[in-house]
Amino acid sequence: MEYNVVIGLEVHCQLSTRTKIFCGCSPVFGAEPNRQTCPICLGHPGVLPVLNRAVVHAGIMAGLATHCEIRSPNVFSRKHYFYPDLPKGYQISQYDKPICEHGHLEILVDGETKRIGLTRIHMEEDAGKNMHEGLDGVSHVDLNRAGVPLLEAVSEPDLRSPEEAVAYLKKMRNIVIYLGICDGNMERGNLRCDANISLRPKGQKEFGTKVEMKNMNSFRFLRQALEYEIKRQTQVLNEGGTIVQETRLWDAKRGVTESMRGKEMAHDYRYLPEPDLAPVMISDDWIEQVKKELPELPDDKRNRFESEYGLSLYDADVLTSTRELADYYEQTVKAFDKAPKTTCNWVMGELMGRLNEDGTSIDACPMSPAQLAGLVAAIEDGTISGKIAKTVFAKLFGTDQTAMQVIEAEGLVQESDPTAIDAMITPVLDANTDKVAAYLGGKDKLFGFFVGQVMKASKGQANPQLVNERLKALLASRG
Amino acid sequence: MSIETNEVRKIAQLARLELTDDEVTSLSADMSNILAYIAQLNELDTTGVPPLEHAAEAGETMRDDTPRPSLERERGLSVAPKVENGCFAVPKIIE
Repeated sequence: MEYNVVIGLEVHCQLSTRTKIFCGCSPVFGAEPNRQTCPICLGHPGVLPVLNRAVVHAGIMAGLATHCEIRSPNVFSRKHYFYPDLPKGYQISQYDKPICEHGHLEILVDGETKRIGLTRIHMEEDAGKNMHEGLDGVSHVDLNRAGVPLLEAVSEPDLRSPEEAVAYLKKMRNIVIYLGICDGNMERGNLRCDANISLRPKGQKEFGTKVEMKNMNSFRFLRQALEYEIKRQTQVLNEGGTIVQETRLWDAKRGVTESMRGKEMAHDYRYLPEPDLAPVMISDDWIEQVKKELPELPDDKRNRFESEYGLSLYDADVLTSTRELADYYEQTVKAFDKAPKTTCNWVMGELMGRLNEDGTSIDACPMSPAQLAGLVAAIEDGTISGKIAKTVFAKLFGTDQTAMQVIEAEGLVQESDPTAIDAMITPVLDANTDKVAAYLGGKDKLFGFFVGQVMKASKGQANPQLVNERLKALLASRG
Repeated sequence: MSIETNEVRKIAQLARLELTDDEVTSLSADMSNILAYIAQLNELDTTGVPPLEHAAEAGETMRDDTPRPSLERERGLSVAPKVENGCFAVPKIIE
């Protein structure tokens, strides 16, 4: 039996505010355990949470950036469950009246854009952290993370493959980073993702039973976990079994998902409106003000790169996949102010390749946009060939020299003097009189051989266009 | 409206309360009575009246994103039955 895959994602973004959502403690990662806590985030009785305006501001930004309606008033609710990292016994979240609803974003998969619906985005507090490793009979609880503000974005079940899910998560991460409301560091749990996945026989309208998956803290793990789960569910269904609605954890070391059955209570959260927080009013003025503050978003930037720089959809998409990369590219183009396509090729090819090799990211790139622009300029004005440019790139990378300094110091300037080129061609033709005769007899394909020989003799420094021209002339003169 | 004893047990479990059989029986009666009392509200016609989430008016009662000092860690931990390495120590959660 063939199945269709149905996936929905829940993305949690920790907000880069200066204080937690309901108290004045710092939410910054990395402090000693429990140093950033107070009676409010420790959940002491009798304390009152007071909502951080910056969290609502970030919620409006995220909502506008994903074409959501902003709900006013929106309402906080208590979600009840017991776990040691949740000191109050409930999490303050939003339930049926979240701040953002009915949005969407676009993903690009296999050259096609697809619109993915966003059911909602809501504000909530993060829980603390439990530690078990190396401990005997006890667990340790660090409540620094308790009360760190989160936005949770819930997608519609519109995703149809692991590739689409990864593209969606990348886009969501990209948007919150562009907005400057979240660092998007998945390793640190700054951006987290749960997935709901089900299969249904091809042609069937109703969704199958869904499984919720957790603990996928990288794009790679998300893809692997979904691929594993598709295989697992396919096998269960093909053997006549039924899918159990449950939560499964991705085990990255073993490459499998594992049922959490028995480790969690049934989902009966007994939501109720949070009596300690008044419904949140958001004025139209506030929304208008946020609209004005919105930076250029990934899709807009991508479209502008296409039209302004004449790039393909694919190239523009890759270059705008992070704000840093987009900025680097634009600075490089502006430094030289010509050849956006050549610049694009160098950024996406040589530069990204080198950074990947070194395990460095673009924001730590040792080559400045001005240095790369100098190299592109040297290619464009014919000072060096594209081939030699790779040598120059390798020598330039990691230094504080300019491209021209490297080119001159290494004597790599392209040979564009016709007399000098002729002097390289003549010996090649003299040494291959049989091939010259064959060429003149009609074996046109031999032309490439001569070009190769001349380029080799010039150590790659001959101007390839001029070599072509002069070769044709000199060959003809031997006819 | 009545609350059966199995519902009382379920609610008790969700609230992590341990009840004796006698308590379950008496709570079942109490809770049924309370619900019956509240159910009198259903006699009113509330068509077109939006649900009230909060007694206070909705508003922009928010604070600025300005940090304030946290509690001294020792004070925060002082109320915990068991403390280890600056953490609250609790019975092991996962086997």
